[in-house]
Amino acid sequence: MDKFDKLTGVAAPMPLVNIDTDMIIPKQFLKTIQRSGLGANLFDEMRYDREGNEVPDFVLNQPAYREAEILVAGENFGCGSSREHAPWAIKDFGIRCVIAPSFADIFYNNCFKNGILPIALPQEAVDVLMKDAEKGSNARMSVDLEAQTVTTSDGEVFTFELDSFKKHCLMEGLDDIGLTMAKEASIDSYEAQAAQARPWV
Amino acid sequence: MSPKTLYDKIWDAHVAHEAEDGTCLLYIDRHLVHEVTSPQAFEGLRMSGRKVRAPEKTIAVPDHNVPTTLDRDDATTMTEDSRIQVEALDKNARDFGVHYYPVNDVRQGIVHIVGPEQGWTLPGMTVVCGDSHTATHGAFGALAHGIGTSEVEHVLATQTLIQKKSKNMKVEITGKLAPGVTAKDITLAVIGKTGTAGGTGYVIEYCGEAIRGLSMEGRMTVCNMAIEGGARAGLIAPDETTFEYCKGRPHAPKGAQWEAAMEWWKTLYSDDDAHWDKVLTIKGEDIAPVVTWGTSPEDVLPITAKVPAAADFTGGKVGAAQRSLDYMGLTPGTPLNEVAIDTVFIGSCTNGRIEDLRAAAAILKGKKVKDGLRAMVVPGSGLVRAQAEEEGLADIFKDAGFEWRLAGCSMCLAMNPDQLAPGERCASTSNRNFEGRQGFKGRTHLMSPAMAAAAAITGKLTDVREMM
Repeated sequence: MDKFDKLTGVAAPMPLVNIDTDMIIPKQFLKTIQRSGLGANLFDEMRYDREGNEVPDFVLNQPAYREAEILVAGENFGCGSSREHAPWAIKDFGIRCVIAPSFADIFYNNCFKNGILPIALPQEAVDVLMKDAEKGSNARMSVDLEAQTVTTSDGEVFTFELDSFKKHCLMEGLDDIGLTMAKEASIDSYEAQAAQARPWV
Repeated sequence: MSPKTLYDKIWDAHVAHEAEDGTCLLYIDRHLVHEVTSPQAFEGLRMSGRKVRAPEKTIAVPDHNVPTTLDRDDATTMTEDSRIQVEALDKNARDFGVHYYPVNDVRQGIVHIVGPEQGWTLPGMTVVCGDSHTATHGAFGALAHGIGTSEVEHVLATQTLIQKKSKNMKVEITGKLAPGVTAKDITLAVIGKTGTAGGTGYVIEYCGEAIRGLSMEGRMTVCNMAIEGGARAGLIAPDETTFEYCKGRPHAPKGAQWEAAMEWWKTLYSDDDAHWDKVLTIKGEDIAPVVTWGTSPEDVLPITAKVPAAADFTGGKVGAAQRSLDYMGLTPGTPLNEVAIDTVFIGSCTNGRIEDLRAAAAILKGKKVKDGLRAMVVPGSGLVRAQAEEEGLADIFKDAGFEWRLAGCSMCLAMNPDQLAPGERCASTSNRNFEGRQGFKGRTHLMSPAMAAAAAITGKLTDVREMM
């Protein structure tokens, strides 16, 4: 997995609450058997019209935000289905960090498996970051995972909370399965004990 | 011993390893797999030379992509990419030796209907699937939740998940439900109260007299939509209704094993003085038949209400409500029961079980679908379909003018040929009314099977109580 430490880039503002995974990547793109290539269809139904032409008003179609690496959004980002295609599409587009007041549980976890940093901050802080993002491509926002800070283009700093294990894995780009395999003896002994206690399972 | 919730008890019984910071390896008893969220996971195993650790605890069934028309044996009914995904599941199930119900097996159906039906899902288990509606299985007092594809691969390889414990939330539905009010109305009414993020960070246990009074089918409907309330999982403590449902199922324990299981299952309840981080109580009598008006499952109102205005809301919801109203093509102040529909969809993992079909058929018996309306019933599994035919329900649907389909996810997520056209308005028993969910620019109103049946007859959103 890609490591994440620091990121400075353009932030795209999406001041909408409850951005769901069907919006992020509509179902017709879930038919792939690969993880890559979904960036072109990120936010597909908001980004393109029926004929496949870009909707000029949509934030990621605006010249200032076509290269955005950060997304600032409303609360409950990523609600809906468990599709990991949502973070795959975000990552494939080039966005490595999503900032919102809150995230849906499964989406939040899926981000960390893909080198994406989801940052939850209080609404007031997100409001400031949203304003900063609205300034366009000259306003570059900075994220420092080690320090757990987001800095606006004006130098205003916000500190965010993060589970220490998730932070460690993201910073080191660790493979979860490899980490768990190292604890195989614990799984073996659990399995043996559970087979005694609940043989019907 | 300190008092525990049901969630605490199941959690404690499944911790295979706990790190100092509280990060746990949670052992998984049942891993359900479907064709959409698994191909990359199996491919990951191949690339790294890993095996499926417990194929005997892994159950696969194609459901999302498969057409539900009677001619689906004809491969041309599926698009190329859908066919590739289903074939990939065929191959992966064979190569890795997991239990498998292929498309042409009568037991095939929606993964969350097949699991319980075959007795794979049992009380006290941990159940995961690369699908958010895995919450359904919580109806058995099993800790069940959706996971992403990376986690699917993790479970395939290690039979565990890296987890931190969620908080405990109790949702109590007291008293009795009024006539015409169903499990779907309960679960929507709860989301209407909590909002779609109200359960985030929690596992919800549903309890109270009204929940106890539900069948297993109804309980599955309630737990199914725990995810729409943001919760990691929904749970209902097992009782005689649960045990009765499980007994004799193909993969349920038998004989002495059954007795041993029962002994443990009967300890699976929340202790009286257990700690709850959050509690919500709703009077069963206060719940009305509801419908959704917007594009979030929290946009719930009684059928007797009117379409709200954006100004009725606060904060970020003002903009979201306006966007929903525009998308749904609704004018504030319009009585909901005057909203005309084009299509009725009865099915999905929320409402595709036999009791759902019975409830809809009871309303439709001897009636006709409104002229010009498209109406379909998609049973949740081949076995539900067979039972409905045996009970004469299929004939009621067909006589009324419904299409009688084969099992699958169908129009709940429209990854298959069953989709809404732009602007088409649907009375749907599914679980999500998101923009584009049932088809590009399609408009979805969520409701119970009985309410959907009533809407099919009148051609508009309808209070089912007027037909009872």
